[in-house]
Amino acid sequence: MAIIERPSTEIAVAGGATVGVKPSEALGVFKRPGASNSWRDWIVTVDHKKLGIMYGVAAFVFFIIGGIEALLIRLQLMGPDGKVLSADQYNQMFTMHATTMVFLFVMPMVSAFANYFIPLQIGARDVAFPRINAFGFWCWLFGGIFLNTSWFLGGAADGGWFMYAPNSSTLFSPSHGIDFWVLGLQITGIASLTGAINLIVTVLNMRAPGMKLMRMPIFTWMALVVQFLLLFAMPVITVALFLLSFQREFDATFFDVAAGADPLLWQHLFWIFGHPEVYILILPSFGIVSEVIPVFSKKPLFGYPIVAMSGAAIGFVGWGVWAHHMFASGLGPVSVAVFSMATMAIAVPTGVKIVNWIMTMWGGKLQFTTAMLFAIGLVVQFTIGGLSGVTHSVAPSDTQQTDTYYIVAHFHYVLFGGAIFGLFAGFYYWWPKMFRKQLNEGLGKVNFWLMVVGMNMTFGPMHILGLQGQPRRMGVWTEARAGEGFFNIGFWNMIASIGSFILAVGVLMFIINIVYTHKSKRVPIAPLDPWDARSLEWMTSSPPAEHNFDAIPTVNHLDEFFHRKYAEDPNSHEIKQVASAEEVLADLNSRPDEHIHMPSRSYWPILVALALPIICYGLIYNRLLMAVGAAFLLLTMFGWAMEPSTASDDDFDPPAPGEGGGHTKELAPLG
Amino acid sequence: MADTAVAHHTTTGLSNNKLGMWLFLGSECLLFGGLISTYMLYRGRTNTGPQPDQIYDIPFTSVSSFVLLMSSLTMVLAVSAANRKDDRNTNLWLTVTAILGATFVGGQVYEFTAFYREGLGFTTSLFGSSFYTLTGFHGVHVTVGIIMLMALVGMVRRNRIPGSKAETVELVGLYWHFVDIIWIVIFTLVYLIPS
Repeated sequence: MAIIERPSTEIAVAGGATVGVKPSEALGVFKRPGASNSWRDWIVTVDHKKLGIMYGVAAFVFFIIGGIEALLIRLQLMGPDGKVLSADQYNQMFTMHATTMVFLFVMPMVSAFANYFIPLQIGARDVAFPRINAFGFWCWLFGGIFLNTSWFLGGAADGGWFMYAPNSSTLFSPSHGIDFWVLGLQITGIASLTGAINLIVTVLNMRAPGMKLMRMPIFTWMALVVQFLLLFAMPVITVALFLLSFQREFDATFFDVAAGADPLLWQHLFWIFGHPEVYILILPSFGIVSEVIPVFSKKPLFGYPIVAMSGAAIGFVGWGVWAHHMFASGLGPVSVAVFSMATMAIAVPTGVKIVNWIMTMWGGKLQFTTAMLFAIGLVVQFTIGGLSGVTHSVAPSDTQQTDTYYIVAHFHYVLFGGAIFGLFAGFYYWWPKMFRKQLNEGLGKVNFWLMVVGMNMTFGPMHILGLQGQPRRMGVWTEARAGEGFFNIGFWNMIASIGSFILAVGVLMFIINIVYTHKSKRVPIAPLDPWDARSLEWMTSSPPAEHNFDAIPTVNHLDEFFHRKYAEDPNSHEIKQVASAEEVLADLNSRPDEHIHMPSRSYWPILVALALPIICYGLIYNRLLMAVGAAFLLLTMFGWAMEPSTASDDDFDPPAPGEGGGHTKELAPLG
Repeated sequence: MADTAVAHHTTTGLSNNKLGMWLFLGSECLLFGGLISTYMLYRGRTNTGPQPDQIYDIPFTSVSSFVLLMSSLTMVLAVSAANRKDDRNTNLWLTVTAILGATFVGGQVYEFTAFYREGLGFTTSLFGSSFYTLTGFHGVHVTVGIIMLMALVGMVRRNRIPGSKAETVELVGLYWHFVDIIWIVIFTLVYLIPS
């Protein structure tokens, strides 16, 4: 088998003579980095799997940061007259908690799964634009770090994650916090936009032969819908952020009520982005559980086309419901009625999915693995959160609940109980694929139950708190107004705070599980197909080689891998196993593809991304620094533009004599 | 096949780069949609500072709009020359396109200066903020286009374009036409329809 790759430094070292890679002809600045296993390889990599892992690790770090912020909020609210945080710190804490969880944890964790698994699930060797993929990751990481440096530079943003105008103007928030917030989100927005273009092109253009749209695994389907949502939602928030930054940096008047501005402009722009955003957060988790539930029910997904199309329907209708976030702002009866109806309508495709998952489990041979438990956790808790969500379509009731803890309860049920449980199902399900070891099931179950108990203890009582009128974003409550008996908010605040720490211990169990799995000598290497899975990503080695598949499979069915393992006995009509996963893989690899060209590593993505925070620091502190950053950006973009995505073979010196058989192109496959 | 990284088979038959550019332009529609909505919401809302109908110089802007639209024609000629692998004419038409684009941007700079002298600053009124932001964003898009055109000229001359040259020219062309179409919308909504 000939895997064509760039001459790797490993091979050169193995030959005893280091090969100097000469500067690329097409570029003249940097030599093309070769393959190695050092840390440098993670800087220059364009491999979608490595980028997926980097997204995952970094997003998890932000998850812990956002979690600590949440715990501080709960400590503050645990008893009356909380003294843990000052009012100002409390404002920063809830703003950054939400911003971190939405933009720096769930979205990039979705990117992690999408990056890693979309190419594998559609039978592709990489994404359409590998360097743009790397650029997106670095943009997101630098944007997230930039955003969090505001903690050390005079205080973080304090206007709430939706940053309503005119409260976000310099008059009401004179620190640089909101400047960091606006510019940081602008940078991470670039990552979302480039990621969306990249993954849409990948899914539309790079499917394996026979992989029709209606044969794609549901996770890929949902991720595709999400990329379209991102493609059209990001520019809207970009406009809003530009307007706000022009107001804060250059004294524009967009949200200056004294100059006649309409503060509703911000609300509309924000929620036209913001409501598709909630589907951006939840749909990938729907995709993950739609993979997990059939595998552990030993049944195909019930109503696959319906599940795919209801996801697309959510994507469409998701654009027509944004103003239900604004019922209290006085939109007028016609608007309120229209958006109420649309909000009720969008519950339908969501309900359809829930029915499909339940029908998939119905009569199946259920295996309650940790992944399955998390998936069932999503189905149950998302249903609760969805039902409290539909109550918001009743505008009079919504007006009552606006800005109370009822809203907090609702969106934590759908986001924590839904989106994050789905991500955890994905962790446990795909871990053996990504890292060759199965996470410990015992620890996993402890992890699951602690999270279920913690999550319901934390957010369940918030329904009561909200209906009793405890407002969101208030840093203190007083005993005098806490109420009596069952509805005493002091009691329920205490329960919620205890619950949040149980939740934190649950997350800690996950980290312990990872450490145990990878440090303990007793954990064996996972089998190739530990779950008896159904889709294409399991039809290759674990973890997959850099080129994913030695031979690109031809797809004849939905659930192709299942159909290669099992067949119906024509006489008894029983489904019988005809091949093991190893046999399927061996059969596929018996005819490997020749001449696989993988995209080459590159320094440019990280360099271009590095220019962006420089420009943003410059905008806040020093216009000269901004010019330096802009010049750096322009130069690096030119460097990128002139570098071919796959280096031509004469960009490299031939390997040392005696290595690679004297043929520059035929090299060992990289693993 | 071994040495051409670009000419891969794709499921839709459209090249990855072209599909990616179309998606990007789709996203850009929403960007300008947001900016145009902001302008439409805010023009004529307050009486502070000069009003739109007092300062617009329609004949002047019509001429610069015409110049920009003509640059789409020369861009088409450049793409056509690139398809014929005619480097000389490709470069000629790319340069002409860039010059026409630069003329438009020059006209915009002149217009901004004139408006500023007449008392419409960026912070004067909602109209000022939203007008300069909208047309400024468009101007930046044209400027980026000019930079891409000039870069193309340099790269074509030195034969430094990775992949298919004709397609690269065509991609820049797609972007250029998009920016022109956006200007037609802006010119109509901002300048021609009275507030």
